[in-house]
Amino acid sequence: MMKRLSSIEELQHFQQAILDSKDPRRLRVRICMTGCRAFGAVDVRDAFKASIAENGLTDKVDILETGCHGFCARAPVAAIDPYGFFYQQISPKNVPLIVKESILEGKPVEKLLYRDPKSEEPIALEKEVPFYRDQMKIVLRNCGQIDPTNMEDYVARDGYRAIAKVLSSMTPDEVIEEVIRSGLRGRGGAGFSTGTKWRFARNSAGDMKYVICNADEGDPGAFMDRAVLEGDPHTVIEGMLIAAYAIGAKEGYIYVRAEYPIAVTHVKKAVADARAVGLLGERILGCDFSFDIRIKEGAGAFVCGEETALIASIEGRRGMPRTRPPFPAVSGLWGKPTNINNVETFANIAPIIHRGADWYAGLGTEKSKGTKIFALAGKINNTGLVEVPMGITLERIIFDIGGGIPGGKKFKAAQTGGPSGGCIPASLANLPIDYDSLTAAGAIMGSGGLVIMDENTCMVDLAKYFLNFTREESCGKCVPCRIGTKRMLETLTRITEGKGEMEDLETMKELASMIKDASLCGLGQTAPNPVLTTLNYFYDEYRAHIEEKRCPAGVCKALIHYLIDPEKCKGCGVCRKACPQGAVSGKTKEAHAIDSALCIKCGICYNECKFDAIQVS
Amino acid sequence: MNLSSEEAMAERIDLSKVEEVLKRHELDEGPLIPVLQEVQALFRYLPEEALALVGRRLNIPLSRIYGVVTFYAQFYLTPRGKHVIKSCQGTACHVRGGQGSLDALSRELKVKPGETTGDLNFTLETVACLGTCFLAPVVMVDDDYYGKLTPKRAVDALKKYRSGQGLKEAQE
Repeated sequence: MMKRLSSIEELQHFQQAILDSKDPRRLRVRICMTGCRAFGAVDVRDAFKASIAENGLTDKVDILETGCHGFCARAPVAAIDPYGFFYQQISPKNVPLIVKESILEGKPVEKLLYRDPKSEEPIALEKEVPFYRDQMKIVLRNCGQIDPTNMEDYVARDGYRAIAKVLSSMTPDEVIEEVIRSGLRGRGGAGFSTGTKWRFARNSAGDMKYVICNADEGDPGAFMDRAVLEGDPHTVIEGMLIAAYAIGAKEGYIYVRAEYPIAVTHVKKAVADARAVGLLGERILGCDFSFDIRIKEGAGAFVCGEETALIASIEGRRGMPRTRPPFPAVSGLWGKPTNINNVETFANIAPIIHRGADWYAGLGTEKSKGTKIFALAGKINNTGLVEVPMGITLERIIFDIGGGIPGGKKFKAAQTGGPSGGCIPASLANLPIDYDSLTAAGAIMGSGGLVIMDENTCMVDLAKYFLNFTREESCGKCVPCRIGTKRMLETLTRITEGKGEMEDLETMKELASMIKDASLCGLGQTAPNPVLTTLNYFYDEYRAHIEEKRCPAGVCKALIHYLIDPEKCKGCGVCRKACPQGAVSGKTKEAHAIDSALCIKCGICYNECKFDAIQVS
Repeated sequence: MNLSSEEAMAERIDLSKVEEVLKRHELDEGPLIPVLQEVQALFRYLPEEALALVGRRLNIPLSRIYGVVTFYAQFYLTPRGKHVIKSCQGTACHVRGGQGSLDALSRELKVKPGETTGDLNFTLETVACLGTCFLAPVVMVDDDYYGKLTPKRAVDALKKYRSGQGLKEAQE
């Protein structure tokens, strides 16, 4: 049981004692136990434990179970410290060799190293792998470096030093001024100045105020907040503490998606540990400042990412947005002044206070400061989590860090901002990634989902996908969103079935502008973006669907046929056995054929064929 | 669903456990959603009797509770299968062909998304995004992830949940 810290000096002593007890030269296996679990990280960890024990090293080597290292495409990943050797796609059977050579002898195991995709050269050190080399980790500084369930690890890396600095030497107004000066803009998507938002809440009268952390990360294709909560929950708590001090709040909530069980567990543990040492609760660090945090789990409604809907959900009601003003800063939770920020926004606060607004304002572009985390997903080699300085080009993210498109396919478009965002075409690959450039291109920064598409992605189908999502998630309160998204989806569905008319495109544009103008909340106001950007940049693809009844990417089922190329077919029978409809016929070792009357275009044969003999026309 | 399994489910509704949940949240502000989450954790769905009791204790009309329950995707008013399959509908899964896996599961289990098999062994449902886009396309069966799926591998993943299927085992 840790001792309660009743002054700022005691926090300093606590940190010093932790640092004194740690030997930076000590051997350790630093392994991701969050995202990598899905790829067998538990077995890999157990293999390390067993092998370390077999070699009689249990007292000499630590196993540090961390959050996400970012390189999810190569899961499970681990690093051997203090050397920084990087191992990826580890299988338990490789572990004894890693223990023998890297831990006992301090050498990298060459045959297990990551190889540069271009030069094929093995790379031993984590920091030299291109995926990591070009990143700048501020928000993710601890993620993958510490055990997120151990508060001492956070404190050792200057954790809670920023709140100590605030409590000992800054007035609330000075804190707000510092955050404004840093140029930090909200990372939830809208990009409003965080410090200015705090000032609104500070200036609202009321003896009871709330701070809420919006961890209802709902954009499909986004997992930044999940990684921060799982990998470094205390940094979010510290950010909330500083916000609470600045605006004068006594209570806070973290509203977290229930779909993220590991994040929920880690956040609960972090809050309990912070409370146990007096970093949450009454008279924090012996100062005249009290604040505590409760955790609310979401129940599955995308619209609850909107701040007034989120408040309604915490209050136990249907999560439906309401008109603003009044803004939550004036009348929020239980009618009291409330400040809501996103997870990543809060995670930026401690570094800003600790290292100063000038340092932070020196990073990024003129109007977009600092870094941004992106969740790279879709048709890209290095799927995972990356943190990059604002202003970096899309091209560098996709090709230098992301490793390009798999299978030598062509990069077609990148989708930012989830269902509220837009598609940026390959022709704009030089676009700097910052709030204003993305908005000018018709997309938005959004929360940080970055889904990459190649030539096999149909942009009409993608627009339909997003409209289906927003239609389903529309809370139904206002007509333009509830009915407008449904009409747009119907039109898009007709087009993907080859039943569209060219005038549908004009009708959709008109409908889109009405939905944007007349919807109550961000969900409706941004819902047409995927349609508008694809219409703008991929007009020819819409035209091919309508005039030629053709899906150029070979995706829209009503417009494609599966055929077997008799030249390539070896008659192995795999497709015949796999077909759920019995639509494939042919004798073994003779070319097979698909009966198009029976075929339901499920694509199973296409996936199963080892000889590329199945063709889409 | 046949009558015998409905009766079997009804027998298992122990309202004293619901009382315990309510007691834990006695002093909370806005307790309705956490209470419903915990009640659902007990029964795997929200039985009407339990909702009626929650309404009486929290002094919230049943109509309003119904409004809340039907608003959120994670509340269920009908019994669910012993194993829950969550097929991710996220963008990354979509562009990597996740629909094919969902269709294959639907054909294999002979249920539509949102439905439960007659033997109460599987519920097939879709989720907006599991936030594990690096696994795309992905489904979750209970707490296990199955990533980088093809339609065939999705169906193969069900095997391990099929031994001694159904409600009978769940009750024992």
